[in-house]
Amino acid sequence: MSAPTATGSDVRALAASVTDPSTGSGQARVRALASSVTDPEMPMLTLEDLGVLRDVAVEDDGRVVVTITPTYSGCPAMATMRDDLVHALHDAGHARVEVRVSLHPAWSSDWITERGRQALRDHGLSVPGPAPRHDGPVPLTLLPVRRDLTCPRCGSDAVALTSEFGATACKAMYRCTACAEPFEHVKEI
Amino acid sequence: MSDDHESVYDGLLGGDDTQWAFGTSFEDPLAGVDTTVPEGVDAGALAAYCLMLGDDALVHSHRLSQWASNAPDLEEDIALANVALDLLGQARLLLARAAAADPGLVPALPEGSPVPSEDALAFFRDEAAFRNVRLAEQENGDFAATVVRLLLLSTHRLALLQRLAASTDQVLAAIAAKGVKELTYHRDHAARWFLTLAQGTEESRRRLLAGLALVWPLRAELARTHPVERLVAEQGVGVDPATVTDEVDVLLEQVFSVSGVERPGLPATGTVAGGAGREGRHSEAMGRLLAEMQVVARAHPTGLW
Repeated sequence: MSAPTATGSDVRALAASVTDPSTGSGQARVRALASSVTDPEMPMLTLEDLGVLRDVAVEDDGRVVVTITPTYSGCPAMATMRDDLVHALHDAGHARVEVRVSLHPAWSSDWITERGRQALRDHGLSVPGPAPRHDGPVPLTLLPVRRDLTCPRCGSDAVALTSEFGATACKAMYRCTACAEPFEHVKEI
Repeated sequence: MSDDHESVYDGLLGGDDTQWAFGTSFEDPLAGVDTTVPEGVDAGALAAYCLMLGDDALVHSHRLSQWASNAPDLEEDIALANVALDLLGQARLLLARAAAADPGLVPALPEGSPVPSEDALAFFRDEAAFRNVRLAEQENGDFAATVVRLLLLSTHRLALLQRLAASTDQVLAAIAAKGVKELTYHRDHAARWFLTLAQGTEESRRRLLAGLALVWPLRAELARTHPVERLVAEQGVGVDPATVTDEVDVLLEQVFSVSGVERPGLPATGTVAGGAGREGRHSEAMGRLLAEMQVVARAHPTGLW
């Protein structure tokens, strides 16, 4: 598991903060720390970029309360995310850390930030389009899911779906018929 | 390491868990979630209802996971494992919600056992305490039968969860709203396979029709309203399953018609002494499924995973 890395903005937030966790700048420092923790399966993304990190608060008694929203109901990475958040905050001197779950609203791939999308592209992954929305009964889709994608390596739009399901719940597998490279696509949900 | 060196494993527990990818403690899928039962809602009925929805997901998930390394191709192994994982996640949330609403449902474990209530419900209940429909527990059999079962269960569950997203129980509403997104691609995946097998070769069509004939009679149980379901529907937290049958039928008709398959006219599987899965009366397959699913947890009731 890779250790959380601090980004430039985290370093600036750290420099601007004071050590008293009850002050506003302490909140910013804790927020920056939690925001730098990365996803265990897609370590190019922070939990903030993934949209999983919903809230970070320092309570009056010094407890740090972090709120996260699961990506998929059964995503096994949630336990690791929780442990990584606790470890990162413990290592920074916060003895009492509580990770809470927020189930509503449900996570959507629309919550992946622009910085997160760029990080995915930079690492050869295809980014999700807008998530589908439905009113009334969800219509049946009998044809393979259609997406207008381009190969994240060569930019060609001559891509073919290999499998709608991949190594993690959030990804589909594609191949590019122009450069012949396989790639993963983060699904719209 | 312990001082007396009695076991090489002694030193593995304790400390700050940093050597483990997943730690050595259980995590609560509802950590920090407000599980107060809404006013005017019968907590016992809400819990029993969450067990029904949770057991359907848990047992079907277990069956689907048995396809790992046995499916027709690697992509399908992964697809069915993904679907099973989604259902397992829904089951964890629903069993935890049931336990929070009515702690009296949770089986007693030895003193000092760290097993959380969702695991106690999954691994330490006997067969008669499970509330899943019998359709979910059937042996996988041929791949075509698994496809038909997934189509029937996911079409029904999707229609239920869509309505449950408006439940007055905020926890159940949130679990359902999340589940709708997942059930949509479960159902569509099953429907594509149904069409592919029906319009594939003579052999694939023969197997699909055989699977349909095998699975169809158990479908009626999905729409059979249990008194608990009627009560929670009246209280605004649940959905009477009989109210979704029209919508489910329209969707199934679309799949049948494009696949060139007649809707079966087979009679429904009978009840046992007037009861079925929702009353804890299961088929022979259920005992073997539970034996496999529960054996490790039951052998180590004080174990940490």
